[in-house]
Amino acid sequence: MACFLVSAAEALVATVVTKVVEKKEKKQQEVGEVHIETKTEEPVTKVPFSRKLKWLRDMLWGGSALLAFEHIWHGEVVPWFPFLTAAGDPTEAAEMLHEMATVGVTMAVVVTLAWLGMLGVAAALEKRAQKDAVTES
Amino acid sequence: MTLLVTVFAAVVCTILWYKNAPESEMKLGVLCLMYWGASLMWFVDAIFEYAELKEEYFTPAPADMLNDLFLGLSVVALGLIIWLIVLIVKDPKGVVKSALLKKSN
Repeated sequence: MACFLVSAAEALVATVVTKVVEKKEKKQQEVGEVHIETKTEEPVTKVPFSRKLKWLRDMLWGGSALLAFEHIWHGEVVPWFPFLTAAGDPTEAAEMLHEMATVGVTMAVVVTLAWLGMLGVAAALEKRAQKDAVTES
Repeated sequence: MTLLVTVFAAVVCTILWYKNAPESEMKLGVLCLMYWGASLMWFVDAIFEYAELKEEYFTPAPADMLNDLFLGLSVVALGLIIWLIVLIVKDPKGVVKSALLKKSN
């Protein structure tokens, strides 16, 4: 009915967090560039966290957009107020909220868990790359 | 059926992404993540539906299956359109920029 809204809300939060982290990383990079002469050259073996956050953001926005289309297809989302057909009727509205709390929240949790899995794989690959870099030097 | 179509799209995109990696000039990663995100969400939806319908879930009416197939294909098409917009706006190869500059010169 409107389960995609939960993921869309998480996507919005992920977008804001990504922007903030990206800004912080840029600032840190600028500071690093100023002191570049004093630093030894290190091989790049770490994926910036902002890039990892973009994986979550893209999954959530993409999934929400495609699911929103499905809801339009089934006539559950309409281009006029209140946009959600279930919101017009109190009984259906309660059912919609229940679906958001169960299916919607589970969807957001599963996508987030998949992202955490991706982070785990990325961390393992980063460790391996760091080890390779150490043995090479 | 919608879940199946989206999963196939996600798998094909991931294979294409892997073939072209580490170059990301075509922004295929965005398309992969979009389809995987949708696939995971529909997978959850399918689990909830299965819990409600039990074995009936696996024997849908032909008309429903056809409708779901159309929906799945439309979803894939919409995903491709969104990806195309992202690609043109981000323009990682600078093709749009150079084409516009060429015209204005």
